Amino acid sequence: MSEYFLPVFVVIVTVGLSWPLGRYLVYAMDPVSCGPIRSRYESACAAFLGHAAKTGQSWQQYCRSMLTFNILMFVVLYAILLTQQWHPLNPDGKTSLEPSLAFCTAVSFTTNTNLQHYSGEVSMSYFSQLFGLMWLQFVSAATGIAAATALSRGLAGRTDFGNCFQDIWRATGLILLPLSIITACLLVLCGVPMTMEGAAVATTLEGDAQTIARGPVAAFVAIKQAGTNGGGYFGPNSAHPFENPTFWSNVLETMAILQLSMATVWMFGRITGRMKHAAVIFGVMLLLYVSSVGIGCVLESAPTRSLASLPVASSMNLEGKELRFGSAAAATWAVSTTSTSNGSVNAMHDSLNPLTGLVPLSAMWLNVIFGGVGVGLINMFLFVITGVFLAGMMVGRTPEYLTRKVEAKEMKLVLIALLVHPALILGGTALFASTSWGASATQDPGSHGFSEILYEFSSAAANNGSGFEGLGDNTVPWNIATGLVMLLGRFVPMIAPLAIVGKLAAKRATPETAGTFRTDTGLFGIVLIGTVLIIGALQFLPMAVLGPVAEQLGG
Amino acid sequence: MNYLVSSLRLCVLSLIVCSAAYPAVILGFACVAAPEARHGSLIVSADGTIVGSTLLAQSFSRPEYFWPRPSAVDYSASASGGSNLSPANRLITERASEIIGRLRLAEGELVTADLVTTSGSGLDPHITVESATMQAGRVADARRVSTEDLIQLIGETRYQPVFPGFGAEPLVNVLELNLKLDHLSK
Repeated sequence: MSEYFLPVFVVIVTVGLSWPLGRYLVYAMDPVSCGPIRSRYESACAAFLGHAAKTGQSWQQYCRSMLTFNILMFVVLYAILLTQQWHPLNPDGKTSLEPSLAFCTAVSFTTNTNLQHYSGEVSMSYFSQLFGLMWLQFVSAATGIAAATALSRGLAGRTDFGNCFQDIWRATGLILLPLSIITACLLVLCGVPMTMEGAAVATTLEGDAQTIARGPVAAFVAIKQAGTNGGGYFGPNSAHPFENPTFWSNVLETMAILQLSMATVWMFGRITGRMKHAAVIFGVMLLLYVSSVGIGCVLESAPTRSLASLPVASSMNLEGKELRFGSAAAATWAVSTTSTSNGSVNAMHDSLNPLTGLVPLSAMWLNVIFGGVGVGLINMFLFVITGVFLAGMMVGRTPEYLTRKVEAKEMKLVLIALLVHPALILGGTALFASTSWGASATQDPGSHGFSEILYEFSSAAANNGSGFEGLGDNTVPWNIATGLVMLLGRFVPMIAPLAIVGKLAAKRATPETAGTFRTDTGLFGIVLIGTVLIIGALQFLPMAVLGPVAEQLGG
Repeated sequence: MNYLVSSLRLCVLSLIVCSAAYPAVILGFACVAAPEARHGSLIVSADGTIVGSTLLAQSFSRPEYFWPRPSAVDYSASASGGSNLSPANRLITERASEIIGRLRLAEGELVTADLVTTSGSGLDPHITVESATMQAGRVADARRVSTEDLIQLIGETRYQPVFPGFGAEPLVNVLELNLKLDHLSK
């Protein structure tokens, strides 16, 4: 059993830390009454951010502010990537990106996806990494936290959703920044490079030249993990020894993936004043997470199938894995990174055993097992409403959620937001699998090639960013298609819930009676799991059979 | 219009804090806490040339050196990556047979899995202790030293990623082992 030390340790410590961190998130994001120093800081920030940052906003104003800022984020990064060769901090002379790749990359980092059709150490200057990509890793994650805070305020019954600009700045400066500083310093101590010097050229013992790319890696990796961004400094992400040099750096980075997403659930409970309801949601998420990790670890302990005919000592599947992280590390990370829409990897997902590959795929299909910072909770909110609605229908009562009636208008929005995700994945996969766009890009033959296409669209729609990287996806059709999928997959499920909550908050509160369906009980937990699995997973079953299952059975 | 102004101001503020101040703080910390390692844990020989990085594998193919795991990118540290092959792909079988041929296994001997599979980065600096031990005979022949001395050297280089029994096997850093080997021969 001791080989499961890593997942057990990670789960216990992150769950333990999520509680105090959740308290801190409320202090940082929703400062209702917290002393004169904080008030002075808040008014100073509001003053600097300008007129639009001074007042509370309705959900419409909140969304408009968020979109304006996000469009600006996109424009700035797109411009940086296209003019890279003229910027400072470019010791290795990187040139500008091809326009469709720059589009895909700019969308990818604006939407907190970090799908990378480029390889960091090959294509990016230090300036682009720090002032383009890393900047967006902060503010796109902050956008998610801000949206979750606004949602919680709405569900608390407030019609004032807060101020979007203030919220994004709070999430950036008070949450992501301190967390990243702590993580980055610990990573430096583990041996992660932090230098502004260009690549080093070594002469190996056998006399060859080895060019060693490096840079300000520690700073980058910390926010990549903490903000559920996942875009690596180097191509192989946290499998690269410079991003993740030791067993313990791997433990730290795995915890950093989960930490904020877990704490957000407690923040939601505190702001809405419904801790038991939050505990039920947390419990459902944790149950799904722990069972996925368990299944992943067991499946990945099987040997590499193509070595079966050779004189190889029995071992777990080691293709695409690093030895220093230990045996349970790859599966634990694969589940964590796809549950939370982080998307960093410490092993190549393309080389996971066929059925293991299905575990990260289903985590992205559900996209609610803690989920991306902020947005995971927002996605879960859609399933919560659906669960409440289904339960209400079963007993023949108008469903209510947190004292507000859920009616046809809200349910329509819920369904739109829920259906966007499968429509993007299934539609995109169908289009590319049936045309040469997909067929010419796959690396492995047969059903595994299909899985590569399926994974790429799942990753884009879930704003995850990991990939079955054998796929040759840096082509114009792939860049544009995944770019559009990422945009829709980010903003529809983020704005629709705010609209729903806006409508709910405007309704009169109905007092809770003995007949009210309670959302803070174990029974509701079961309803919620059922809703998530049936509505979230069942529609993907045919794809799962065509891809990973077919490969497992046939090859 | 107000939204755009506030967005621009937020851009400026966050760029200064996240992209300039934050990396500067970490850089400052690294200069104090890890002044050497922060450049990539480079190994510099007595005459000042860079030999490699302890964290990264480099190519070894001569019989007198221990060999690292195979690399899908030929040990490039400027364009790293894994094979991304499905574990069911025939190409893995072909690559493994080729390596097994070069290792010249004794009758009935099994090769360790890490020596025939590529790592995620193509730069995994480690092999398992068994993988090093099974190469000791070849290296000893090529260097005309005793196998026992090499087994002892492997024992000295042995690296335990986490407390024994907690899910990670003892490993050997190939570059460190080969450096010691050269030192031994001199």
